[in-house]
Parts: sequence; C-alpha cells; structure tokens
Amino acid sequence: MVDVLVIGGGNAALCAALSARENGASVMLLEASPREWRGGNSQHTRNLRCMHDGPQDVLVDAYPEEEYWQDLLKVTGGRTNEHLARLVIRRSSNCRPWMQKYGVRFQNSLSGTLHLARTNAFFMGGGKALVNAYYNSAEALGVDVRYDSPVASIERCGDLFVAAVLEDGRRIEARSCVLAAGGFESNREWLDEAWGENENGERPALEFLIRGTRFNRGVLLRHMIDTGADTIGDPTQAHMVAIDARAPLYDGGICTRIDCVPLGIVVNRDGLRFYDEGEDFWPKRYAIWGRLVAQQAGQIAWSIIDKTSIGRFMPPVFPGTKANTIEDLARQLGLPPGQLVQTINNYNAACKGGAFDHTVLDDCHTQGLEPAKTHWAKPIVHPPFYGFPLKPGVTFTYLGLRTDDTAAVRFNDRPSPNLFVAGEMMAGNILGQGYTGGIGMAIGTAFGRIAGTNAAAYVASSAAVPQRQVA
Amino acid sequence: MSTPYIERQTLGEAAVPVPQAIADIAQLEAEAQRILTICNSCRYCEGFCAVFPAMTRRLDFVKEDIHYLANLCHNCGACLHACQYAAPHEFNVNIPRVLAQVRVKTYSEYAWPRSFGRLYDHNGLAMALATAAGLSLFLLLALALTGSLFHQPLAGNFYAIFPHNLLVLMFGAVFVYALLALGIGVSRYWRGTVQSDQHAAPSAGSVAEASSKALTLKYLDGGHGEGCNERDSHYTLWRRRFHHMTFYGFMLCFAATCVGTLYHYALNWHAPYPVLSLPVMLGTVGGVGLLAGPAGLLWLNIKRHPDHGDQAQHAMDRGFIALLFLVSLTGLLLLILRDTSWMGIWLAIHLGFVMAFFLTMPYGKFAHGFYRTAALLKNAAEKRMPKSLSLGSD
Repeated sequence: MVDVLVIGGGNAALCAALSARENGASVMLLEASPREWRGGNSQHTRNLRCMHDGPQDVLVDAYPEEEYWQDLLKVTGGRTNEHLARLVIRRSSNCRPWMQKYGVRFQNSLSGTLHLARTNAFFMGGGKALVNAYYNSAEALGVDVRYDSPVASIERCGDLFVAAVLEDGRRIEARSCVLAAGGFESNREWLDEAWGENENGERPALEFLIRGTRFNRGVLLRHMIDTGADTIGDPTQAHMVAIDARAPLYDGGICTRIDCVPLGIVVNRDGLRFYDEGEDFWPKRYAIWGRLVAQQAGQIAWSIIDKTSIGRFMPPVFPGTKANTIEDLARQLGLPPGQLVQTINNYNAACKGGAFDHTVLDDCHTQGLEPAKTHWAKPIVHPPFYGFPLKPGVTFTYLGLRTDDTAAVRFNDRPSPNLFVAGEMMAGNILGQGYTGGIGMAIGTAFGRIAGTNAAAYVASSAAVPQRQVA
Repeated sequence: MSTPYIERQTLGEAAVPVPQAIADIAQLEAEAQRILTICNSCRYCEGFCAVFPAMTRRLDFVKEDIHYLANLCHNCGACLHACQYAAPHEFNVNIPRVLAQVRVKTYSEYAWPRSFGRLYDHNGLAMALATAAGLSLFLLLALALTGSLFHQPLAGNFYAIFPHNLLVLMFGAVFVYALLALGIGVSRYWRGTVQSDQHAAPSAGSVAEASSKALTLKYLDGGHGEGCNERDSHYTLWRRRFHHMTFYGFMLCFAATCVGTLYHYALNWHAPYPVLSLPVMLGTVGGVGLLAGPAGLLWLNIKRHPDHGDQAQHAMDRGFIALLFLVSLTGLLLLILRDTSWMGIWLAIHLGFVMAFFLTMPYGKFAHGFYRTAALLKNAAEKRMPKSLSLGSD
C-alpha cells in the first residue's frame, strides 16, 4: 500500500507529492488528464505573489506582509480568513528556494507587466515550465505518477480516508490522501446550475468561456460535498475576467485577454456603456469585468477604441474588427448603429481634462456622463475604429472544502486525521470573491506543501501504532 | 497626440489554424505570423532567448520580421516544452518548427547566385557522402593512372603526390567562392530584414555583444544557464558543449592551415611539419574536437524530440555533421599514416572529403552560422534603439 495518495496533477498536487516524498513517504499521484494535458490550470499560470521585505533576485523593493494582506482584504471585500491568508502570505516569502530546488526558475517581470515587478515573481517559461520541472523532480524522486486517472469517489471509515475509486472502477488504498483536484469550472452544467436564470430569462453561465483546463469537472468536489465534507464559498464566485469572445471554450489562457478596455469605452448589446472603464489600471480591474459582462444581456460586450490607442496595450491574439466610421463598425459588430453613434457622441462631448497619459492615473475624465469614465477619457474620433468582443472567462471557482492551518478536510467541524486538501479545492477559504494576480499559486504552493507534509507526518506517526504494521 | 506605431501590411488573418502540409514560403510566413501573434500576446517565454523579447518590440509581423526572427532562433526547444498552446492545443503553436522551416527558405531566398538557392533542398547526407566519395575516387584514379597509388614512404611529403600549387589553386578557389557566395547571401539577408525605420549602422557595442552571443552560444543556455531541451523537458548543456567542440575544433583546423600558409610563403618553411610543430598541433587538437563535436551533435540530432525543428532538414544537418566528422577522421588518419606507403591513398581520400566539404559549404548547413550571426547583430542593434511601443504600465 502506498503511503500518500495525491489526487490531482497541478501545482498544489505536485507540491504535496514532493513534500510528502521528501518527508519519507511513498507517493502515488493521480492526474485525471492524459500526459500532454497534465498540470491543470497551473499550465496557464505565470507568477507567484510573493511577500518580501527587501529586493530579491527578480523582485524589486519590498512587499511586506501587511501590504499584501491589505491588498487581499481589498479585492475580497473582507470575504477571507485572516489566519489562513496570513499563513499563505508568510509562506510565500520563503517558498521560492524550495521551488528552485525542484527545478522552477524565476525571471524578471515580463514586458508589459512592470506593475508586477515588485509583487510577483515570474516563472521562467510560465506555468507549464513549472509543471514540467515538478513532474521531472517527482519522477526522479520515485513518485508514482499515473495519468488518465480521474477519481470518482473516496472511501472513508468515519473521518479516516481508506481508498480512492477511479472513474474506471479501480480502487487504490493509501495510508493518507491529499485532495488537489481543482475547482469545478470546466463543468458547465454545474456552472449553469449555480448561476441559474437571470431576470431576462437567460441562463448566463451557458455563455461563459473557461480560461483553463477542461479536466476540472469537480467530480471529486461534488462527491466530497455530497458525503458530508464541510464546505466554504459561493458556487457563483470565481476568478472571472473579461476575455475575447472568440477564445476557445477551454484553455484559452493568458493570450485571450483584452487589455484595451481602459483606453476606450465598453458597450453592451444595446450599444450602451455600463461601467467606468477608467476606474483604475487594467491589472487592478480586469478581475471585476468578467462579472460585469456576465450581468449584461447576452453576456457579451464590446471594447471600442480608435487608432490612437494602437500600440498602447498588449497586442491581442485576435485582430479587432476595423472600420472607418462608427456606423460601419456597429454594423460589422451587430450593434444598433444609431445608438452606438449616440453613445460615442455623448461620451466624446463629455470628455474633459488635460494631457492624456495611459501610464499614470491621468486627469482625462468625463463630466456629466453616467456612468462616468474617471481616467483616460479621450474622444474616440480618429479612424480607423476597432471593436473587440468580450465574454466572461472563468479561471477557477471558489466553492471548496473548508479547512484549517493543517490543510485537513473537515467533517462536521472535525478535522480528518489523514485526508487533506490543497489548491483550488480550498482556495475559497481565502478568496471569498475577487482576485489579485499570483495569489492562486501562492495558495496552492503553501497549502500543497502543508498538506503533503502533514499527510507524510500522519503516515510516520501511525507506523508506530501496532495494528497498522504489516505482519 | 501622434501614434507611436505605423500600421504595416500584415500577411493574413491571425490566429486561424493553418493545415500541416506547408511548403510554399508565403504560406510558411503566414503560419509564422499566426504563431508569432499568439506568442506576442502571451510572452511567457521571454526569459529563454532573444526571439521573444524581439517579438515584443513589434505589434505585427511582416516578412522582414519573420526572416529576422527565423534566424535569431537557435532551435533550443525550450519554448515548445513550456508552451501552453503547443499541440494538442488547437492553437498548435510550435515556434522552433515554423522558424526552422522559414530559416532554410531564407537561405534559399537570399542565396547567390539566386538560382543556386534550390541546392539547399538537396544538400543532404547522401549528397555529401556521394560528393566526397566521388571526389576521393577521382583522386585515387588519378593516382592509379600515374602509377603511384602505393609508394615508398615519403616522410609525409604530400606535395610529392599532389603538387603544392595545384592544391592551393583547387582549394583556394573553391574556398574563396564559398565565402563569396555566403557573404553575398548574408549581406542580401541583412538588407532584406532591415526595416526602413532601422537604418542605423550597428555600433561597436552591438558588434561586441553579437560576437559574444555567437561565440558563447548564449542562446543554447536556456536563459537560466542549464541548457536547452533535447529529448524532453529536461535541460542539458550537451548541445552547447558539442557545438563548441565542433566550432572551435573547426577554427583550430583553420588556424593550422593559416599557420601552415604563413610558414610556406613568409618563412619559406615547407611541409611536412613535425608532430610537435604549431600547424600539426593545432590541427590535431582541432581534429579531435571535430571528431567529438560532430559525433555528439549527430547523436543528439538523432535523439531529438520529433516536434523540435523541421524533420525535413535532418538530412541537411546530418550531411554537414557527417562531412565535418569524416574530414577530421580522414585527416587524423592521414597524420598517422603519413610516414607509410598508404599516405597517397589517404591523402586522396582526405582531399576528396575536404573538397566535398568546401563545395557543399555555401549551400548547406554551414550557412546557419553566417545568417544567425547577422540576426544576432541586428538584435543587438535593435535593442539599442529607443522603444517605439508603450504597452500598459511599462
């Protein structure tokens, strides 16, 4: 029998497997996907939000615990657990040497991401390079990695984990277990069930795109909830951003983002604006636009800019729809031309302020316009005009298993001695809503390591108990 | 406020998958443009090499950009293994492959004379070996006809077999032609990839940087210094090491020839030179490098992950590697046998291989060193120009 069974194959699972292995346990890791899709959403990640008190190799200045905590408090609107959040924050300050030991390499912030140079350590080559490094290290250490192995359920004896049962019926016993199998974002039926019908009689979740893996179907999460594990979070809460509506249904990843929102205006299907596009820098606002678009009719919107914005935002993967007049642009986008012209005329007339500068919070704003645009408000007058369609893109869901600082799964508010949880399956303990870049990897790394260490510790301590020794 | 970016003609709709079988250069460039557009909006690979930072200086990719980036790529494979959009993803991103496919087309497109560019498509292993064998055989027959296939030991005096001036004329002419053809090709390439807005001549700093990057093979170190990918996602420095052995081995052999030429004409000191003389020592050390290096490169080439680079170019790569190896092997054997009655035969065989190497040089893998160095120089110069884009909060 294997000591520690890790269910999942992304960052949290790999951190758990490596931690359990380095603590002396034999480890088997079950990845639901085939080898070429391994790593779950971690394939698409790019950095880790890191606390640090002074400049480090790839991080400038300092990002102290308190500032990190305040940032988290702000984006979650207080829907977080301070004890667990601070645990993650402190762990983020000293986990990088451990990551490097297992082959992860860091680099300076990417071009176009200078705003993250202080707070986020970037993985060289991105998340897939990290995943590759961890798998290579796990294999070198003798972790038994099984691909194509989705788990359907687990068997318990009271609060004690006994075995996992795969979807194909195989049963795998282990002395302890770490659940790190992701959220349920790729289960569109579940998303639909959670979001239900809106006031217009639409089912909004059917229009959502999934930014990451197609393998996070939440089968195990559902099983755990149905069999009495304590849960946390709201099923409609997720890391959700506005992405290009032409993105693939799954695995569109980073390149489907649309970064020109603050440079122009965003209109809904009726050709009307609905939110302040210039509220703050895009990296601080992109995470709210997924929900904003989800609340519009048809769950779609369009970012509209003119020629002067080209070259001032990260290049989009799909070309914008281009036209020399607003009427023609509206026709090509399928928007009501008269309304769009009026919306843009009203906006242009309301633009006030001096020098446009997209690199600072400038004083270009609208006056007497509802909703206002508070920065970077410059008239859209220089053809050609461009339109980019936006849809909600779900990165990962926040409904998960309630846990504590030991990463234990809890039943009726009692921790299981040998069943642990890490990653997206418990991120909702810290993220009740909202998101800030690199926090998902910080949670996965911290709790993956805690879960793996505690799973190995359980095995080591139970080995001394006579009835568990092999005769 | 004026826009910092001048819209250029693009090659086609971005991000639309293109079918596998692509031969035509325009189609290849369209496919490269599609993939580069995806990469430029992702940027995760910026730390690996110079190609990705060079992408970020652009918003779209026209022919000149693609030809430049194709030769800047060292085909290390790191970006493929790290790619979230590589197959089986529907975007099917494979930068090393598409740039390798374009790269060989640039050799053809800028070749001098132009009509010889097609030779790159036929410069494979069989061609290399057949040329070498044919030339060796010709020289052997020439010897046999003059009755000196075997001879009394001549104490390594090659010129007793083939007169010195004949060798100089033959090899000198072919070598000069090869350098001329490559030089004209690479200068056409230089002009062809320089945009109208980039006419500044490279500074001394650019030249120094490009030379250093070329001579150290900086971009085979993976960005983290642990090397590039071969069979899988593990990093290894072996390609860089074998390439160094090959390149510096070749340069030592070249130096041996230069020193020998100097001795001959300037000092009137004629071959054969003793084993402990400078030309022979340089040639021997270089020759050993030219055995180990190409052998290692061939081994790595055979073991490479099949998705790296362009499979269709394996024949050209291996033909070049095999010729280098055999030139060195026959040369070292000639050194060993030069005091025996076999010297004439080995000399003919060795000269056959050297001649084959020189003849295939301007239209084969040898070109990569010239074009890549030009791309590195362009990159060094470009980095020193003021930034024209200001994306987001940069």
